[in-house]
Amino acid sequence: MGSSSSSLNNVPDGQQLMQETGFSAAHLLRLYERFKFLDKDNRGHLRSEDFEAVPELSENPIGDRIVGAFFLPGQETVDFSSFVRVLAHFRPTEKNRTRAGAQPDPANSRNRKLKFAFRLYDQDRDGKISRIELLQVLREMLGMQVTEEQLQSIADRAIQEADLDKDDAISFDEFRKSLEKVNIDHKMSIRFLE
Amino acid sequence: MSRCGNLRLWILGLVLLLCFIQSEERRLKSDHHEHNEGHSNMSASTGVPIVSFKWHHVEPPYLIALWVLVSFLGKLVIEANHHVTTYIPESALLICLGFLLGGMIWGADKVQTFKLTPTVFFFYLLPQIILDSGYAMPNKLFFTNMGGILIHAIIGTCWNAATLGLSLWGCHKGGAMGDIDIGLLQYLLFGSLLAAVDPVAVIAVFEQVHVNEVLFIMVFGESLLNDGVTVVLFNVFDAFVSLGGGAIDAKEIVKGIISFFVVAFGGSLVGFVFGLLISLLTRCTKNIQIIEPGFIFVLGYLAYLTAEMLSLSAILSVMFCGMCCQKYINSNMDERSVQTVRSALKVFANGSETIIFVFLGISAIDKSIWVWNTGFILLTLFFILVYRFIGVFVLTWMMNRFRLVPISLVDQVIMGYGGLRGAVAYGLAVLLDETRIKEKNLMISTTLIVVYFTVIFQGITMKPLVQWLKVKRAALVELSLIEKVQNKVFDHALIAIEDISGQIGHNYMRDKNFEEKWMSWFLLKSSARKKQDRLFNVFHELNLQDAMEYVTEGERRGSLDFIRNENAFVDFKKKFDEDFAEAMPDIMADMGVLSFFIMNARVLNVNKEGDPVPSVSLEMHEQNLRGLRQAEEINAHHLLEQHLYKGRKQHRHKFSRSHFSINQDENEVQEIFQRTMRSRLESFKSGKMAGIENPAFMPDVDPSSPMHIPPWLADAELEVSPVAPSQRAQVRLPWMPGHLHRLSSLRTSPRSGDSVQEGDEQLPPSGSRQTF
Repeated sequence: MGSSSSSLNNVPDGQQLMQETGFSAAHLLRLYERFKFLDKDNRGHLRSEDFEAVPELSENPIGDRIVGAFFLPGQETVDFSSFVRVLAHFRPTEKNRTRAGAQPDPANSRNRKLKFAFRLYDQDRDGKISRIELLQVLREMLGMQVTEEQLQSIADRAIQEADLDKDDAISFDEFRKSLEKVNIDHKMSIRFLE
Repeated sequence: MSRCGNLRLWILGLVLLLCFIQSEERRLKSDHHEHNEGHSNMSASTGVPIVSFKWHHVEPPYLIALWVLVSFLGKLVIEANHHVTTYIPESALLICLGFLLGGMIWGADKVQTFKLTPTVFFFYLLPQIILDSGYAMPNKLFFTNMGGILIHAIIGTCWNAATLGLSLWGCHKGGAMGDIDIGLLQYLLFGSLLAAVDPVAVIAVFEQVHVNEVLFIMVFGESLLNDGVTVVLFNVFDAFVSLGGGAIDAKEIVKGIISFFVVAFGGSLVGFVFGLLISLLTRCTKNIQIIEPGFIFVLGYLAYLTAEMLSLSAILSVMFCGMCCQKYINSNMDERSVQTVRSALKVFANGSETIIFVFLGISAIDKSIWVWNTGFILLTLFFILVYRFIGVFVLTWMMNRFRLVPISLVDQVIMGYGGLRGAVAYGLAVLLDETRIKEKNLMISTTLIVVYFTVIFQGITMKPLVQWLKVKRAALVELSLIEKVQNKVFDHALIAIEDISGQIGHNYMRDKNFEEKWMSWFLLKSSARKKQDRLFNVFHELNLQDAMEYVTEGERRGSLDFIRNENAFVDFKKKFDEDFAEAMPDIMADMGVLSFFIMNARVLNVNKEGDPVPSVSLEMHEQNLRGLRQAEEINAHHLLEQHLYKGRKQHRHKFSRSHFSINQDENEVQEIFQRTMRSRLESFKSGKMAGIENPAFMPDVDPSSPMHIPPWLADAELEVSPVAPSQRAQVRLPWMPGHLHRLSSLRTSPRSGDSVQEGDEQLPPSGSRQTF
């Protein structure tokens, strides 16, 4: 993709982002191109409409939720750093390679990935997945034939299975515990093209 | 076990009969010619024969049938002793049975009249095994790991062949084997025939040890794909041997390398073409469903023979034929035909495997082929093991740098240990030309020893090794609800992130839409395409057993709860009745049976415990509660499995990436799309309401914007949506974090100049208000 360092200068905070997120220069460049592509009006930041322009997202049951994750609380725009930081969660976890100056808890560590997943449910950021929040997610993920009562019963059972301190909500620790057998790295990583 | 004891006697009896027949036959053959004329004369003179013993008449097919019977009986006896088969794999026992039978025949005849000949093996026994493997292959898993499999198959096999040949030659030069007449080229030829991991042996040993699927597919895939290499290596070195050492130059070597590509890709292409042919055929066989399954067998076999005829890799051909056509014929053919194909393939494959192992055993009892050279044999064994492990470790180490999920060391050990040699090696060894290769018998003997060692010894020790090393087993554990939901969430999240970041997914098929748009259109029946809709699959897979358990559960709990939950099933039936009756008559039949079961739950006497009628008593209350929990659990898991939206990766007939259109049959996508659009509308409006006077928002909402609302959606908002009359989730996803809004009344045009009433008081047009 051409010489990286010279074009990397066009990327805002390029070096710092590379350090922080672990993306290589080539990756970052490609993501920047994508960012500019999505940013149709050339504002330098993305708004929700820009995300909506991606047609496949409307066929994704949690598409809007994912898009919402890009926006920091209270913000309505996403700049390139936030864009990249969110995407960094989906990098594959590197096991043994240590990069010089790598973050102590990189964005793609298992813990951070789980936190990201947790926040998909916990929209009000109170640190717990309440019954209502779980119901919302279930509603989105399940077909329309599932009646309200069935939804309730599923949510009930799910909380029962995971809820250890019996507060009728799933905290982050309980969430993590219930997923301890899942290979998070495998399930939540994509290989970014260069 | 008296019956089995009798069976053993039967087998003995059969074999003795065989021997008797053999000797009779030989005796008869010697006076055959004289008798020929004599017979006709005799009949002329003695009148009409009432009964005559026409052995020659039926001899060939009779013997074949007898041998098949004996092999199957042997398998029966073996499988009856379950406590033995847990320790010793069946294949090993079959070989031992072969020894026994071979010994008996040898004792009777002093010559081994029955052997595993290459013709029989390669033409009549091997193809169906590979066809079955191809047909039952988990395609997605295979292609995900394709890179690793290919590396092992190609590079690993070449490495095995080269190192074995060279090492043996080196030892020969060093004098470890005494005086035998084998040159370097012949050593390489020998190495090439012993290099390949054998699919039959791998299946036989691994099927009893349920290792995790990645490990299995790596070894199994390698064993299948390495045939391409084996064929080339064997032929190339065979040609070299006949040319003699002097004629080999760079040109020949280049030709060898080119032939590899031709053989491998040509074979796959032939298989692919035949697979397409089968799929096309099954598209039109609606009227001859009774012999529909036959096409698969005939065409599969033809794929094998065609590749063999063109000197391409026949195993690759038939394997790709099976892999290519599985999806299409499973959809195109009637359910019963699919069952027939599946079962028949299993019968043939398993039967062949049995016969192969028995004959492998029998072939050993033949004095004429045995040449014992301790050094040669032991060194071969040693080198095979060592180089296999080295090869696996090195290659996997290289591969792990590029794999998302690296293969653990333990798995690698099993992969190395699972490098079993089998009948293919033996078949190739027998094919050697003894005029050019003086020590053919030595090679055959060594090959047999190697095969026995791997199948018997490694087969027996595989299971303990797996357990000792704590290899990750095939996942049998039931996931919790959260795990199931979360897995799906991950799937969808990955797809969304891929879309946002503009990646093409790491899926194996890059242009999935080519496959879906063109191939499916071409190769699937139109009704089959409709059937592919996930919602239908849900019902198609609905286990009657599942329903039965539910029914008996309900019975135990008591009739009342049952009525309440009946609604669940009834809803499904109602929903699908009108819409899709014509596309799925058999599914309706299933549904009918289901409702029959449910309605008649109380009348059913098939309760396992033997209670004729569920009793209503006071203590049932307790049981009710407990049962309610259990049923809830069954219900919840069931519902999840049925109704979770599948992500795009699993969708068929999906939309292309460049534009989007709606497929009328795709209920699921419709639903999701409706919902998403509604929620976006919602948040847009609430955003407006909250007074976010961002001028950027307004102009975006016009009919030409990307957020176009197709007219049918707008219309649908006003009337009662036929899809979900009773539940519209009232709580919308908060688009702007922190805001929660109720569903407000919607207008036809998303652009409203006047203020919109906040939806708290208003009822949604659909009817009764739903509250949490």
